[in-house]
Amino acid sequence: MVTASDRCGVLPHADFQRLLNVLTEKGYRVVGPVVRDGSVMWETVERTADLPIGWRDQQEPGRYRLEQSGDDRIFGVVHGPQSLKPFSFTPREALLTIERSKNSFASVPTLPKSEKVAILGARACDVAGLAMQDRIFLRDAYADPYYQARRNSMFVVAVNCTRALTTCFCASMGTGPGATSGFDLALTELETVFLIEAGSSEGNDILSALAIDPSSPAQIDEAEANISSCAMNQTRRLNTAELPGALYEAHEHSHWDDVAGRCLACANCTMVCPTCFCHTVEETPDLTGQRTEHARLWDSCFTQDHGYIHGKNIRPTIKDRYRMWLTHKLASWIDQFGASGCVGCGRCITWCPVGIDLTEELSALLKPSIRTQQKPGQV
Amino acid sequence: MTPISQAIAQTVSNPYLIQPATIVEKIREADDIATYRLQFVDEQVRRSYRFSAGQFNMVYLFGVGEVAISIVSDPDKPDSLDHTIRAVGRVTRAIAGLKIGDLLGIRGPFGQGWPLADIRGKDIVVVTGGLGCAPVVGAIEYIFQRRSDFGAVRILHGVKTPHDLLYHERFETWRQHPDTKVYLTSDRADKSWQYHVGVVTELFHEVRIDPARTAVLMCGPEIMMRLGAPILIDRGIPATSIYVSLERHMECGIGLCGHCQMGPFFLCKDGPVMRYDRVAWLLGSEGV
Repeated sequence: MVTASDRCGVLPHADFQRLLNVLTEKGYRVVGPVVRDGSVMWETVERTADLPIGWRDQQEPGRYRLEQSGDDRIFGVVHGPQSLKPFSFTPREALLTIERSKNSFASVPTLPKSEKVAILGARACDVAGLAMQDRIFLRDAYADPYYQARRNSMFVVAVNCTRALTTCFCASMGTGPGATSGFDLALTELETVFLIEAGSSEGNDILSALAIDPSSPAQIDEAEANISSCAMNQTRRLNTAELPGALYEAHEHSHWDDVAGRCLACANCTMVCPTCFCHTVEETPDLTGQRTEHARLWDSCFTQDHGYIHGKNIRPTIKDRYRMWLTHKLASWIDQFGASGCVGCGRCITWCPVGIDLTEELSALLKPSIRTQQKPGQV
Repeated sequence: MTPISQAIAQTVSNPYLIQPATIVEKIREADDIATYRLQFVDEQVRRSYRFSAGQFNMVYLFGVGEVAISIVSDPDKPDSLDHTIRAVGRVTRAIAGLKIGDLLGIRGPFGQGWPLADIRGKDIVVVTGGLGCAPVVGAIEYIFQRRSDFGAVRILHGVKTPHDLLYHERFETWRQHPDTKVYLTSDRADKSWQYHVGVVTELFHEVRIDPARTAVLMCGPEIMMRLGAPILIDRGIPATSIYVSLERHMECGIGLCGHCQMGPFFLCKDGPVMRYDRVAWLLGSEGV
């Protein structure tokens, strides 16, 4: 939440370009939400006018629309389909180039070139998603050097949410709507000014370079109140009380058949999810046959191949795959990484072509099954 | 950091680097199964490579891809690295066409092997089925290298047909060790088959078991472990003394690609060897 300190200042809307300029001067390529194809995508922004001023998004299960907001807010759009995930865990990452020599071959890592990127407009749910991906890729037995290289060059400018979408439920996941950590700078957009808080020493450097006025207690109170009311306005919530146990126990629940009847196994939910990390490895030899590229690509537990093992498929049906996804996301994730795999951004609800809502599916799964329930492992 | 020191740091820490290894021997085990004896091209790697029984490597074929294969050789002889591979998928079919002198790549070893230090002093019951015996061969060799550190050894191995019996000579060699019995069975038999006929769990009552001092190593089709372990538990063996080696699709070997999940576990890093009581609830569970 917003804290009163010398690490907190105010930037008038009219001066917003100065933030872009300072970031650029410090060597960052600034990336922000830009209106494209009826939504917003992360693109390079040079001018404030590149940002979706005067737009806001309406999101519902299976539906995303941009509309004119009637005001001149810069960050009226909450989010598009992309979280922060593509910046650190890219959809395709070349891992190695492998070249044949006389009686051997040599593999050479293709680590990404470091390019300082400042991402402007990350939401609290996205910042929480990034922290979870850090946990997965960097704090295990093996730290992933490709993720690490990209992550090291990221500068995150969060924007605290003051407007809730109907699909939002970050408050129930404890991840938002205000960002509390994991950012370099956090902005709160007030009527005429932005409140800017630094969350890291790099963020503090930018704040110092901006040379802006300190915030007043009244402005901090106003920001706090706007963020709180955003939390209160969230209509969805995820019932996490009995997780992970309740979902493990619901393995034979009749409701899985119900949701399997609607799910298309299109994998959209896993693509837009800020935390989904499954990937596959692809080998691309060149035409000479002397050189090959070893790369990873995003994969999804909804694909046919995900559960493949020598000649059979562990999860042949859509029911198996939806159950795998939801049980992993909301239950086994807690056992694996100490917290839920869901940050409450609601993207999987919006971008599902048939509008499946995991909060509702979970509620149904927590109710008694309409057929005799078997415990997993029972024959 | 200078470019040079950076290159060194990457070599040390990058878990995706693949080490080339030459096929020095190819032993035909069956029509579609062969054991490949490998030697690392890099002498430094050859000297420093160590593994424990039950671990696996990601085996790579240039331009084709990687596949997770358990290490079948003796952990006391790390310079001789054996993988028994059945030609069943895209990568393994391509590997089947290789000959002595050809190259494979190795990344590993990965995963948790058999807890051989913890079961020292115990009677050992090994229950395997089909090609599932491969991950436990190294453990058996380890035990026989230290024969006096362990009690009675009983090896129970089942195959579908006599034709599927691999490592026949190994079983005959193991049979010669003191206080060791080897039981073989085939679901179906022909006249050449001189052993038991039936599924491997039928062999259980031929084995005298002192439950308190017995550890069980199981590996094979999941249904064999799901049905077999409860019978052994009925015989008084604690679920915590039974270890199973499990299998799922693996692409990274380091717990990141997500494919090898079984409930809360990543079998590539939490397994492939798991204590039975931790996974009993997942075995036979549809789609897990």
